[in-house]
Amino acid sequence: MIKETTIQSLLYVIVFAPLIGAIINGVFPRVLSRRAVSIIGVGLPAISFVATVLALVGFLGLRSADPTYTAVSASLFSWIVSGPISVDFALWLDPLSIVMTLVVTGIGSLIHLYSVGYMHDDPSYARYFSHLNLFLFSMLLLVLGRSLLLLFVGWEGVGLCSYLLIGFWFDDMDKAIAGKKAFIVNRIGDFGFLIAMFFLIFALGGSLDIPSLRAMVADPTSIFHSNTAMVTAVTLLLFLGATGKSAQIPLYIWLPDAMAGPTPVSALIHAATMVTAGVYMIARLNFLYVLSPVSMAVVATVGALTAIFAASIGLVQNDIKKVLAYSTVSQLGYMVLAVGVGAFGAGIFHLMTHAFFKACLFLGAGSVIHAMAGEQDIQKMGGLRKKMPITHITFLISTMAIAGVPLLSGFFSKDEILFSALALQHSSGTVAPWLNKLWFGLAIGAALMTAIYMFRLYFLTFSGELRSPDAHPHESPASMTIPLIVLATGAALAGYLGLPIPGKNLLHNWLAPVFAGGASAINNTGSHTLEYALMGVSTVVALAGIGLAWALYRGPWQHVPAKLQESLAGLYKTLVNKYYVDEAYNAVVVKPLIGGSKLLHRWVDAGLIDGIAVNGPAKALAYVGRTARRLATGDVQTYAAIFAIGVVLLVLFVM
Amino acid sequence: MIVETTANTPFITMSVVMPLIGAILLMFVPKAHAAAHKGLALVFSLLAFIVSLSIWVNFNSGMAGFQLVEDHAWLPFGARYTVGVDGISLLLVMLTTFLTPLTIFGAFKAIEKRTKEFYIAMLLLETAMIGTLVAMDMVLFYVFWELMLIPMYLLIGIWGGERRLYASLKFFIYTFAGSVLMLVAILYMYTKGGLQSFAYLDFLKNGMGIKEQMWLFAAFGLAFAIKVPIFPFHTWLPDAHVEAPTAGSVILAGVLLKMGTYGFLRFAIPFFPQAAGAFTTPIMVLAVIGIVYGSLTAFAQSDIKKLVAYSSVAHLGFVVLGMFALTQEAVNGAILQMVNHGISTGALFLGVGILYERRHTREMADYGGLARQMKVFAAMYLIIVLSSIGLPGTNGFVGEFLILAGFFRDALSGPASLKTLGITLGVIAATGVVLGAVYMLNMYRKVMFGPIVHEENRDLKDVSLREFVVLGVLIVMIFWIGIFPNTFLSKSEASVKHLIDNYKAQVVQQRVKSASSNDLQAVLDKAVDDKAAGREVLQ
Repeated sequence: MIKETTIQSLLYVIVFAPLIGAIINGVFPRVLSRRAVSIIGVGLPAISFVATVLALVGFLGLRSADPTYTAVSASLFSWIVSGPISVDFALWLDPLSIVMTLVVTGIGSLIHLYSVGYMHDDPSYARYFSHLNLFLFSMLLLVLGRSLLLLFVGWEGVGLCSYLLIGFWFDDMDKAIAGKKAFIVNRIGDFGFLIAMFFLIFALGGSLDIPSLRAMVADPTSIFHSNTAMVTAVTLLLFLGATGKSAQIPLYIWLPDAMAGPTPVSALIHAATMVTAGVYMIARLNFLYVLSPVSMAVVATVGALTAIFAASIGLVQNDIKKVLAYSTVSQLGYMVLAVGVGAFGAGIFHLMTHAFFKACLFLGAGSVIHAMAGEQDIQKMGGLRKKMPITHITFLISTMAIAGVPLLSGFFSKDEILFSALALQHSSGTVAPWLNKLWFGLAIGAALMTAIYMFRLYFLTFSGELRSPDAHPHESPASMTIPLIVLATGAALAGYLGLPIPGKNLLHNWLAPVFAGGASAINNTGSHTLEYALMGVSTVVALAGIGLAWALYRGPWQHVPAKLQESLAGLYKTLVNKYYVDEAYNAVVVKPLIGGSKLLHRWVDAGLIDGIAVNGPAKALAYVGRTARRLATGDVQTYAAIFAIGVVLLVLFVM
Repeated sequence: MIVETTANTPFITMSVVMPLIGAILLMFVPKAHAAAHKGLALVFSLLAFIVSLSIWVNFNSGMAGFQLVEDHAWLPFGARYTVGVDGISLLLVMLTTFLTPLTIFGAFKAIEKRTKEFYIAMLLLETAMIGTLVAMDMVLFYVFWELMLIPMYLLIGIWGGERRLYASLKFFIYTFAGSVLMLVAILYMYTKGGLQSFAYLDFLKNGMGIKEQMWLFAAFGLAFAIKVPIFPFHTWLPDAHVEAPTAGSVILAGVLLKMGTYGFLRFAIPFFPQAAGAFTTPIMVLAVIGIVYGSLTAFAQSDIKKLVAYSSVAHLGFVVLGMFALTQEAVNGAILQMVNHGISTGALFLGVGILYERRHTREMADYGGLARQMKVFAAMYLIIVLSSIGLPGTNGFVGEFLILAGFFRDALSGPASLKTLGITLGVIAATGVVLGAVYMLNMYRKVMFGPIVHEENRDLKDVSLREFVVLGVLIVMIFWIGIFPNTFLSKSEASVKHLIDNYKAQVVQQRVKSASSNDLQAVLDKAVDDKAAGREVLQ
């Protein structure tokens, strides 16, 4: 039996172990050997993972002793105190943060291990592990922070680490620019988050402490239930933050560029963990979001649109990491859709399964890139099945999982989202019922595209013959393949934690206390028959997509893609160029900002203020200047002496 | 506002006099002994810091009024030598004594000509700055206030860049013009107000009518607004910074600008609360313009030092916003942000100086790819940049968060007519958080990242031990304030509360006077609500 105080100590171990790793590797990069860097860099995240497992065991013990037990809290010190603001550095562990922490430290440790092999020859090896550990620390702060403000600290912290790791190879200016873009776009989201917090505490009298806030909201006579407009404003502003972090329309644009970072970074930060922060935050505040049917509908719609929008771009990309990046944006869209319709458990479920298969896919892609000596164009690959058996089989399992092949993890989680999109309705009834059909339609369309682009990727990379005669691909070392095997196992089996059997859904039962507030506002209009029927539908969709991909890229219709490119040249170009969104932002935001600031400086500062308002005095200045020059170039020592004597005299008056 | 404790040991006078003693001793050192100049200056500025630590240790955070007060007769016409500290001045005194030795240490290599005079000027400047902050007599204050001008004028004019004369005169005349008006205002209050002395505490009870208050507030306010600087009085600042030697820029941005914001909190607001209330909205609008305008013009610069100078306009905009929100957390945050800005911007300027000493250019385009050559410097500078853009965990975040929080509390609890304006201003101010990241990270990228395109940059030396220590100490403070801000916030809490309670009471009193009996109850209710809101504890 692990005591509560022990769990509290474990919480500190979980959070601070990676920080210690980051500091050691960050401060002493030249002193430590490569081996020492690896041991510290991988060991401390592993300690964090072990502590998480122990905390879980302890939590289970406490819960079996007292079924109403909900969370362990640990407060280390009081952080900011002034006036009515009082924020503690406090952590808490509840069922939701346990799931997240397991994902973050578990998959995080595996990716650290993988990095030992992947980054082995990099001259900045220690810096890499320092940043990656710092990321884990920030992410754990985000997940375990009891106060929204501490969550925000982690939220900005992961943004910083993302910036540092995207631009890890900063000699390449494009990569440095990609990092900066990620930071700035995320900051736009954070701006929304920040203002949301102020409205929350001062317009609604709420608390930044999440459990306290939940207790306040639970009171049906509270202002949260009467001032719906303000609740809507708060939740939408927070959602702006989520669209930044979780790469949703309109702020998704940084994520594809983020692929400039090392591939393990893409796997950990830009697929499995950081980008799910927005989904986590909404799930965390489920009790608040359900109070605004409008916000919920906006969240769901943005999620559904992002899912299909990004998937359509993924259909035509040739860079292996770009395909996966758009796939991530699309899958995040599913999660956002889920929490938007009130299926918070389903959102977290998909977050978890996605973490496994997408991390595996990225690491597999890394293994492929490694083997192809840096080549990322799938048109130049092919036939890797034979050369890289472990990479191949793990990649295939994960591809099947994401495509929704029955009985693999993605099948269950995606299916639950599809069902929820159609069947869950807000109890207020203020949201148009046809929206459910729209969401479902977009989601099923995205599911078809997912199966197509993922198997296109798979066939072009692994089957057929190698299309680069000079390449000599080989299987990667064990430090890279072991994480692949573990992740692929998870990708295959994680779905069984959330089987759609009434009352037996382990994950839902586990998370039920967290989502109790949100669930009460959501009606399930669907039956289990519908759920099983939809499973059939999505199976057909997945298989159709896979079949189509096979026919187009491996089977009898291989000449069709080229023909389609010609006959639908306009559409094709639009997709390849990602709907020209970056170009549009450039024209509407970036260029005016650069030009405007220069004009402002030239016209207002130099022209209006200095030129006109200070012009007269400036001429006088010039005159004084001529006179004063004689003084200033004279004996300064004398001048200073007079000044000093004056001060002394003043002081002497006192005595 | 009262005198809480008198000093047994005159720590405050000791900290004022310590640099002065150093300066006097320096005069007897021959011109050629540069090492002795440096050593002496460093030792005496460090002694001043140690003495100020005794002030810190003996300061009681629970008291709102002046502590460790010393009072002596001084000039025949009633001006006295009265000094003391309260929660508002304490942090700035510490900032001054902390930054000065670092700046002197940082200048060891950069200043080669007239070292003796340089360090004399630095030490005299320190005396003047500390004196300004601790003075509790209006004449004493004004003397120190003007004394600050001269060494700074010399620092820019003698050790500055090519256009140093233009810049130093612009600086001098701008600020002098403002202070003359303030002197007139002080004399007016003394004569017309029938005050018995120049004591600060007497000036507090000046009993000026609302019309007089408006004029007097404007006179004081202009002097302070130029010093801060508040948009559109800021154009002297970039010129002064670009031409000033690094040490001058650090002290200018680090401490001298704070004299403007300090002046509002110490004099303009408590002397003329009703006028301050009337001026609040226009000043807030200017502050918000300053945030956005400063950020945008910073983004337009190609000279790193000019960029940092304009960023100060934006950062000080936040401070002004916080002060005039006049809520506990906003004013407290503003005071902390003054310290933060001193540390972060001081460090930014020191960094620019480190680069300038190696390459003799401040154009971003002349750099690029430095992170490969100067690894330690790049890492340290990144932390400083992040603190400047207010990343959580660093000092900048705590200040900006408290300021914005307090501002929004004020806006959201205010009368409906002002709510929309308040929220709009708050939202625009918060965009500064995004814009700050835009120009700062852009600068960092251009200087540090990418390939090395200029051959001269290929063999640049990383930071020396001396440079490492200077930046390192500042970085320790960045994290200390970021993680344990209460060490500092708790010092000013009581004095700020007193300031705000006083302000609210006076403004309410005024409203009661002007309100008809029907409105009276409403006004009183509002006052009670305000108080309740101030005490409400949020997690």
